[in-house]
Amino acid sequence: MTLKEIRDLLKATLLTSTPDLSRTVHSAFSADMMSDVLAFVKDDCILITGLCNPQVMRTAEMLDLAAVIFVRGKKPDENMLRLAEDIGICVMVTDLTMFLTCGKLYSAGLDGVDGGAA
Amino acid sequence: MSSSLRFEYQVSGEDFTRAGEASSDIKHKLKQMGVNPTAVRKVAIAMYEGEINMVIHGGGGEILVDILPDKIVMDLIDHGPGIADIDLAMQEGYSTAPDQIRSLGFGAGMGLPNMKKYSDEMDIFSTVGEGTTVHMVVNF
Repeated sequence: MTLKEIRDLLKATLLTSTPDLSRTVHSAFSADMMSDVLAFVKDDCILITGLCNPQVMRTAEMLDLAAVIFVRGKKPDENMLRLAEDIGICVMVTDLTMFLTCGKLYSAGLDGVDGGAA
Repeated sequence: MSSSLRFEYQVSGEDFTRAGEASSDIKHKLKQMGVNPTAVRKVAIAMYEGEINMVIHGGGGEILVDILPDKIVMDLIDHGPGIADIDLAMQEGYSTAPDQIRSLGFGAGMGLPNMKKYSDEMDIFSTVGEGTTVHMVVNF
């Protein structure tokens, strides 16, 4: 699934100047606890979260995530977006809840992440 | 890489928003040096969790990173309250972090287990009232 397809499906607003929305991702992980994200997530993954602070971007950076999607209309501030631009992470915001965001993406074929080892 | 390199970072215990800057910097450096991506990722995650811990629990401190020909050695040193029971602290889900930290996305008792998971060696040296040093090694 491409980032463009994800944006369109969620009616999300793109907040970063991501050059390549044709990038394909294979899985998603949703959490507000960043240590859970750090424990389970692998490559080519997007993060869906309701947490909105700079450590979300740092977590995405450490894991080389393709994108972060903020749910329920939570908009990151300028500092967070500047950090995202520096790191090169695509950031979107959707008005959908986390449950509906996950449901729509899963129904469209995006896979989850096994809760196993790194 | 034929010789070793050392990088030193001061971690502020005052500013949670800046936590992770040291780990970000070392990740960039390792990528520039051409270290294999798996090792870069392991170092980045292990050090980032440690850096977060230093801010949450240790009141900040110092991180020393030695890049050797076959491994990366990290020492995370704080002068915080120390860890009374290291075996308990290593259990997934055990945390002494306050609710305020959980609302920031950490403090779920996964930090030390994640550090162990992503490093090839990990030792914790801690004295209550004096501080904690976490020693981690990631092999190439």
